[in-house]
Amino acid sequence: MPAVSKGDGMRGLAVFISDIRNCKSKEAEVKRINKELANIRSKFKGDKALDGYSKKKYVCKLLFIFLLGHDIDFGHMEAVNLLSSNKYTEKQIGYLFISVLVNSTSELIRLINNGVKNDLTSRNPTFMCLALHCIANVGSREMGEAFAADIPRILVAGDSMDSVKQSAALCLLRLYKASPDLVPMGEWTARVVHLLNDQHMGVVTAAVSLITCLCKKNPDDFKTCVSLAVSRLSRIVSSASTDLQDYTYYFVPAPWLSVKLLRLLQCYAPPEDAAVKGRLVECLETVLNKAQEPPKSKKVQHSNAKNAVLFETISLIIHYDSEPNLLVRACNQLGQFLQHRETNLRYLALESMCTLASSEFSHEAVKTHIDTVINALKTERDVSVRQRAADLLYAMCDRSNAKQIVSEMLRYLETADYAIREEIVLKVAILAEKYAVDYSWYVDTILNLIRIAGDYVSEEVWYRVLQIVTNRDDVQGYAAKTVFEALQAPACHENMVKVGGYILGEFGNLIAGDPRSSPPVQFSLLHSKFHLCSVATRALLLSTYIKFINLFPETKATIQAVLRAGSQLRNADVELQQRAVEYLTLSSIASTDVLATVLEEMPPFPERESSILAKLKRKKGPGAAGTLDDGRREPGPGGDVNGGMEPAPSSGSTPSPSADLLGLRAAPAPTATPAPTGAGSLLVDVFSDSPTGGPPSLGPTPEEAFLSELEPPAPESPMALSADQAPAADTAAEDPGVPIPEADELLNKFVCKNNGVLFENALLQIGVKSEFRQNLGRMYLFYGNKTSVQFQNFCPTVSHPGDLQTQLVVQTKRVPGQVDGGAQVQQVLNIECLRDFLTPPLLTVRFRYGGAAQALTLKLPVTINKFFQPTEMAAQDFFQRWKQLSLPQQEAQKIFQANHPMDSEVTKAKLLGFGSALLDNVDPNPENYVGAGIVQTKALQVGCLLRLEPNAQAQMYRLTLRTSKESVSRHLCELLAEQF
Amino acid sequence: MIGGLFIYNHKGEVLISRVYRDDIGRNAVDAFRVNVIHARQQVRSPVTNIARTSFFHVKRSNIWLAAVTKQNVNAAMVFEFLYKMCDVMAAYFGKISEENIKNNFVLIYELLDEILDFGYPQNSETGALKTFITQQGIKSQHTKEEQSQITSQVTGQIGWRREGIKYRRNELFLDVLESVNLLMSPQGQVLSAHVSGRVVMKSYLSGMPECKFGMNDKIVIEKQGKGTADETGKSGKQSIAIDDCTFHQCVRLSKFDSERSISFIPPDGEFELMRYRTTKDIILPFRVIPLVREVGRTKLEVKVVIKSNFKPSLLAQKIEVRIPTPLNTSGVQVICMKGKAKYKASENAIVWKIKRMAGMKESQISAEIELLPTNDKKKWARPPISMNFEVPFAPSGLKVRYLKVFEPKLNYSDHDVIKWVRYIGRSGIYETRC
Repeated sequence: MPAVSKGDGMRGLAVFISDIRNCKSKEAEVKRINKELANIRSKFKGDKALDGYSKKKYVCKLLFIFLLGHDIDFGHMEAVNLLSSNKYTEKQIGYLFISVLVNSTSELIRLINNGVKNDLTSRNPTFMCLALHCIANVGSREMGEAFAADIPRILVAGDSMDSVKQSAALCLLRLYKASPDLVPMGEWTARVVHLLNDQHMGVVTAAVSLITCLCKKNPDDFKTCVSLAVSRLSRIVSSASTDLQDYTYYFVPAPWLSVKLLRLLQCYAPPEDAAVKGRLVECLETVLNKAQEPPKSKKVQHSNAKNAVLFETISLIIHYDSEPNLLVRACNQLGQFLQHRETNLRYLALESMCTLASSEFSHEAVKTHIDTVINALKTERDVSVRQRAADLLYAMCDRSNAKQIVSEMLRYLETADYAIREEIVLKVAILAEKYAVDYSWYVDTILNLIRIAGDYVSEEVWYRVLQIVTNRDDVQGYAAKTVFEALQAPACHENMVKVGGYILGEFGNLIAGDPRSSPPVQFSLLHSKFHLCSVATRALLLSTYIKFINLFPETKATIQAVLRAGSQLRNADVELQQRAVEYLTLSSIASTDVLATVLEEMPPFPERESSILAKLKRKKGPGAAGTLDDGRREPGPGGDVNGGMEPAPSSGSTPSPSADLLGLRAAPAPTATPAPTGAGSLLVDVFSDSPTGGPPSLGPTPEEAFLSELEPPAPESPMALSADQAPAADTAAEDPGVPIPEADELLNKFVCKNNGVLFENALLQIGVKSEFRQNLGRMYLFYGNKTSVQFQNFCPTVSHPGDLQTQLVVQTKRVPGQVDGGAQVQQVLNIECLRDFLTPPLLTVRFRYGGAAQALTLKLPVTINKFFQPTEMAAQDFFQRWKQLSLPQQEAQKIFQANHPMDSEVTKAKLLGFGSALLDNVDPNPENYVGAGIVQTKALQVGCLLRLEPNAQAQMYRLTLRTSKESVSRHLCELLAEQF
Repeated sequence: MIGGLFIYNHKGEVLISRVYRDDIGRNAVDAFRVNVIHARQQVRSPVTNIARTSFFHVKRSNIWLAAVTKQNVNAAMVFEFLYKMCDVMAAYFGKISEENIKNNFVLIYELLDEILDFGYPQNSETGALKTFITQQGIKSQHTKEEQSQITSQVTGQIGWRREGIKYRRNELFLDVLESVNLLMSPQGQVLSAHVSGRVVMKSYLSGMPECKFGMNDKIVIEKQGKGTADETGKSGKQSIAIDDCTFHQCVRLSKFDSERSISFIPPDGEFELMRYRTTKDIILPFRVIPLVREVGRTKLEVKVVIKSNFKPSLLAQKIEVRIPTPLNTSGVQVICMKGKAKYKASENAIVWKIKRMAGMKESQISAEIELLPTNDKKKWARPPISMNFEVPFAPSGLKVRYLKVFEPKLNYSDHDVIKWVRYIGRSGIYETRC
């Protein structure tokens, strides 16, 4: 940059600025500025010609005034005029003004663009740089549209100066980040990669930033950069600190460039070429070696730069996750940092170790540092570091060290910071549940948790312990005993009272034999806490009391007296009052049999996804949840990550056990379950290849029944639709109505098979036979009249809810309007998939039966996986693609409880039926299933990789899907998870 | 009650800091500086709540006075106190400026000790304070009697006047000071107008005189008019309706309530006897007739006529008309028949000054304003034309009817007292839209 000569200094500007600085008050400043503005306005009046110097000076003053926070609404024209000046200083001020002040809507933009264009095409490198900087600083869409095509040309032109190339690369990066669609990809991309070989280190640094950004979108275009980057890196790493004169920073050769190169390499899988890979490994080893060398300088900058390179190297090693040797070395290096003086280093070391813990190669190595980490948790001064230590403990936990870690975390909890207590509580709860060897330990741990940090134990945690105790016969007695003992403490937390109330109410009889915990003792113990508790807890305790009446008839009189007391019967809280009144009446009216039935022990809870886990994820926020998942993604070969009782797909939230001790909700609802009739035989000839002969049970599960009660007027029964809708039934385009509640379940049956009975009730049976090829499909629907009476105005229609219209085309053939008794009609549907879709189309069947209009809405069994083409590939290909799809949004994962027996043949059949190819010898663990396929739609093809890991011991599955499209991943994952 | 009182200079440095209660910590000083004085946006509310602490501030030139409290106090009381504090300081050392405050900080602390006790306002009457807080220090000649006199005065019923004052010439001055506020539409329609006035008295009277003040208040006149029916017609016209008024503490309010007569024992020296406000039948001393014409995008022609509307024998003084100019003004030419007019760029206005102007006259100014075309599409907001002036009458129409002095103990009567009455009407916010 040309030095500003003395004569060029703007005296007027300096005087103005010093005037402003000397202003005593805001008012004085405003006055001075107003005066100056008026002066500039009079100078800029059209009739006078100004020389470049004064123009520059006044534009500078305007800029200064603008930066002070005042509005500037003139002078733009003068600034644009400055662009055409030949003097560097004038041009520079012009560009400065424009990049600060001109907004994209200005009408001057054309003039500006013209000036910029002139400078870009000039041979003067300084002017070109100024223009490039202006484009980057403004960075608006308009600028991008005007120049996005020119900049790559400048970037790769052979005759561009180094500084221009550098500016061009950074400018292009800025434009690409602002509006990626504007930057055209072309043959220049290949030449950009070769900038990595440039002599000028500044150009290389700028180019690496650009390539790192570009290759995220089009990894294949820039694939060649890997080997170039590796060779560049190795040259830097192996160079002596004196080689790279200007780019050596406190004895570290080009630290910024090294870090950027390492980041770039993290965008790609490990290089396949053995030579390149060898060279890279050598580099990484050199960096690790250098970390062991004594520091060349005591200055903090030296160690910072060195450690920056080291940490980036370690994250590359973690990213590759394929070099056990390096992983272990990295882990050891981090282990050294764990005791480093520098807090930041300890923090970074713990954070990186967290990711290392999830790698199967280094999991064991990380575990060796457990004592140091526990020590850090206890003694660390900085709370954020303690938090990382807790995270790391959580990540490194497995069956072998669970007891130690959980007990350490419990101990830490007593002194932990308030901010992270709840998170630690959740973590302890999860670990205790996941790695519980015997459930008495689990119960002990959770009760301890409530004792130590009752305030931070969320609902989910104590719901969970109740669910587990209820479902496990073997711990019930122990739980009752422990809880009874815990309640004897003079002050115990309300959550403890809740757990105690529930468990004693259910299983108090198991410890009643002991005279120390005889029924009256149990009751008086609970009742002593009653008055100190909140309304919700009191309500729960009232339910416990009525259960006591059933369990221990000898306490009946005492409890009735309690219920009868004015403080209960006339309680201000309506819930308590109602419970007291109802329980009192129930206990006095009902006979023992009735009482025993009503107050029977709770049935086991259906297995659901642990709501604690969901809560932890929620708490950590979306970003952190990712790392948490990382921590659990790759289990060690023997490591049993999902041993607990997580998962199982469930839509409903865990019902609060406190609310229904009586089991009214969970008990099978007395909804009429239509008995499977033999009418299936009517259509049996159609389904020669149908796997099961018997018609499926249509009875809703209890939860569904319960949910359907809550739902407003869903036309659950076709009869519900009144006759006045009948005329409308003729017009085909009708509101399809809400699908029947079972529709989802019916749909799920067809995810992995193409033929079968879609629906059946007393009147009608609908059968399906379908075939799919690429993005096309044909479906035969068979409507069977099961009655002896003719159906009239029979009209099945298919509708597309939401924006399905644009995603799927379904052509239907008309069917005859009458269906005779016992007869069957066939309808052909041609289906074309345009885009990926989430919701299936709806099939609405309307007809008149015996004068009454009937309507029925079902989900047509067309799901996205029907357009799945199996793809065979080798293990290496598979893993490469798998790595490529590693963005968090591309992956969908689900861990769930098996609903069906885990039979490998059945599973294989289901996966094949789902549409993917099954790839053998891909996964190192032969138990796991790996599949690949392509979802074919008219608009696009979505590659899809899936991996199913069964855990026979725990009766759990983990399903991971990676596709290039987020919505597809999630949807497929949900569909498939329902099948096992 | 007030927890503490701070005085800052314009940079936010603390000049005076007096904390009366323990609940106000040192950090309160900084909180006010950071959140009010150095606030990013100018703080306009005089009351600011920061962390459950209330800050009441007033600004005098470049000096900030802030009263701080954690309690729920009467804000009006606090402000009344702050204003009083300003008056007291002004009475002791003149203008309130950073320099003066630094030079008199010992005195200010002494005053603060006296006028606030544990945060409760005490006697803040300048006259009374001056007897025992002096700038010379207590002289040794002060006799025991004098000291006991101070005590009896401060604790007695008439705290604002000491006994035994003697003047050779009994004299009193009465000033009726009014400021008239107006907002007028371009067509000459009055949108809002009110007068706020003060009666300021300077008394140099011996002994403990009992004074009685009378003015042409409508209610009083009508009451008297009942007795003398024939006078109602004449004086009824000249009586004025006072919207509300407040009195100095020396006025006996009970008597005002029952008889509407204003009687009092005045403090020695200058004090403000009453404040009042009227909104009806205001005499507007000037009428401003604006004429603004836009000629194309780059030129504006402004013509303003002012007419004086009072007796031709009276002379208005210090007349100043301020005509705002658009923000993109690049040049101004002014022609006026009388006075001097100038474009002041720093204030974005044309300022037209006339020294003197008799009643029932008119004068005009015309200006050509050149504009610089901007790329802003915003239209100029046309702020109103404002005016300043001083006239020797009361625009509200208030007249002093009498001021009687009785001093039964000393031998001078009402007739011996020399009385001076003066009316001054000033402009408050006197604006005409254009």
